[in-house]
Amino acid sequence: MSRTSRLPVSLLRVAACTGVAALTLTACGSGSGSSSTSAGSGSIKVGLITKTDTNPFFVKMKEGAEKAAKADGAQLVTAAGKFDGDNAGQVTAIENMVASGVKGILITPSDSKAIVPAIAKARAKGVLVIALDTPTEPQSAVDALFATNNLNAGKLIGQYAKAAMKGRTAKIATLDLAPGVSVGVQRHNGFLEGFGATDKDVACAQDTGGDQAKGQTAMENCLQKNPDINLVYTINEPAALGAYTALKAKGREKDVLIVSVDGGCTGTQAVKDGKIAATSQQYPLKMASQGVQAVVDYAKSGKKASGYTDTGVNLITDKPQAGVTSKDTGFGLQNCWG
Amino acid sequence: MTATTTPPGTSSPYAELKAPTTARRLLTAPTTGPLAALLLACAYFSLSTDQFLTGGNFSLIVQQVMVVGTLAIGQTLIILTAGIDLSCGAVMAFGSIVIAKMAAQGTLPPLLAIALGIAVCGGFGLVNGLLVQKIPLPPFIVTLGMLNVAFALTHIYSAEQTVTNLPGPLTALGETFPLGHTDITYGSLVTIALFLLLAYALSSTGWGRHVYALGNSQEAARLNGIRTSRLTIGIYTVAGLLYGIAALLLISRTGVGDPQAGQTDNLDSITAVVLGGTSLFGGRGSVLGTFIGVLIVGVFRNGLQLMGVASIYQTLITGVLVILAVTVDQISRKKAR
Repeated sequence: MSRTSRLPVSLLRVAACTGVAALTLTACGSGSGSSSTSAGSGSIKVGLITKTDTNPFFVKMKEGAEKAAKADGAQLVTAAGKFDGDNAGQVTAIENMVASGVKGILITPSDSKAIVPAIAKARAKGVLVIALDTPTEPQSAVDALFATNNLNAGKLIGQYAKAAMKGRTAKIATLDLAPGVSVGVQRHNGFLEGFGATDKDVACAQDTGGDQAKGQTAMENCLQKNPDINLVYTINEPAALGAYTALKAKGREKDVLIVSVDGGCTGTQAVKDGKIAATSQQYPLKMASQGVQAVVDYAKSGKKASGYTDTGVNLITDKPQAGVTSKDTGFGLQNCWG
Repeated sequence: MTATTTPPGTSSPYAELKAPTTARRLLTAPTTGPLAALLLACAYFSLSTDQFLTGGNFSLIVQQVMVVGTLAIGQTLIILTAGIDLSCGAVMAFGSIVIAKMAAQGTLPPLLAIALGIAVCGGFGLVNGLLVQKIPLPPFIVTLGMLNVAFALTHIYSAEQTVTNLPGPLTALGETFPLGHTDITYGSLVTIALFLLLAYALSSTGWGRHVYALGNSQEAARLNGIRTSRLTIGIYTVAGLLYGIAALLLISRTGVGDPQAGQTDNLDSITAVVLGGTSLFGGRGSVLGTFIGVLIVGVFRNGLQLMGVASIYQTLITGVLVILAVTVDQISRKKAR
């Protein structure tokens, strides 16, 4: 090619870059309308930072926050990590939100300990920080915690399992979350406490990350190790459904009791279908809407929310056991998330 | 940024042509497009939100990109040789856990722990380089393997626990000093210094010219008397050492040793390199382009957040920009031939 062709190439390069930059900018300009509400520039800004953008639990949380923000005339800004455990992404989101002038930040910490220094910096600038769903370590690193009592959620299904297994010797498998994550540890311990067992009584314990495929693999391995497992506790319903698939392949789905925690809609439907015996349902929408309310109150009165607020759990099952309070799947499906 | 920041190697496809005018050199430099995109984005965000164009906010953006930016310097060196490094984020995470654990729970004084962590990362780079050069294996496969090795070692060594209560020297680079009314972190300065140092090394030293020659054609470089084997292994090792420095910056920024860190940083660093106009086919590009690339990502993330746009749109825009940058590189190569 001759020299003359060089200029057009470079011009093309510049034009293309700037052109698309402009295009994408226009696109995001219109996108901003969808995430921020109709509130004006003088309104109260509330930040919501979830672990990820994609998990239905956090989608429901966002929905609850958006509704509450609209009702209060506040403006909601949202952000999320790229994956569960993305601490750096959450730190960046906190910094950017503080720079944008939020009054308060609601956060589900991906890493309970690692997020603490960033939260401390935000609070030092007068921003109210409330942890939703997952406590920080230490819990006092935030102003307040709005969450399910995961120990109680575990206890509830432990008590249910105890009643349902009456007369049989339980061989327990636990499909857990991941080591060191407080939510998983508390549910696991709660289940054992409610059942009246200890970790020594667990025949097989495996981590699943709350993932269906990993839950299935874990259950297959547990059955390989100990074929007479007859009680399965799972961290959430996707893990439970993975376990169900593994059990079904062995023809064991009828005589093995699966209990879970979470209360997502797919999971609650699985309870209705008899795949899962019972689940402890939690309420992310409530955590978020109460969180937004607290930030708005703080902006208006200067009063900061503090301490721990239990957003409650209900045991959902269609096979109630005497002595264990529960609701049926009709109630569960009306109040489920996802 | 002016034409003087463009390393001579970047104009190598036109080397046989007579001296171009300054204006023409500016327009043909691979960094021109990215720089224009960055300035446009800055202009747009400045007009859209009054919180964007402040010293404090720019200091914040540089802080937010310093870790990936430092990784991306190493990534640029490797990509200039037509290689790729998928292991950089995982190697950095391992380095950060080594530093944090050794200093907080181990027996080493903080400065020694830092030196050890950086050396360990350099060791990973050395092994990558040896495997790529001596066996030889494709860089993609070697570093894919090393990604898993480093990831697993991080989780085994840390026992999945975040390391807290770090001694002061580990987080010193996260501290700030005032410049006018703006607080600047020392870590940002380290990253900028590294960019300038490597930009100088690539554009003005024999080593730099050899790196570009190697990227254009390893065979031709070898026939011209360049010791390509040593050079390649050296580049991977230098990249590893840079990941070690990134590990220290990461610790100073977050204040903890986090085993979950860096999981998407390999792709984020490649994104920055590509956005900065460096060719994935080797031999073309610059670390200053990469600096512009990381700033583009940082500016979009920050600006969109200030405007209240949900984070998923940042990912969308980054994806579009990457495809665009590679398309421009491909078209300009074809025309240059």
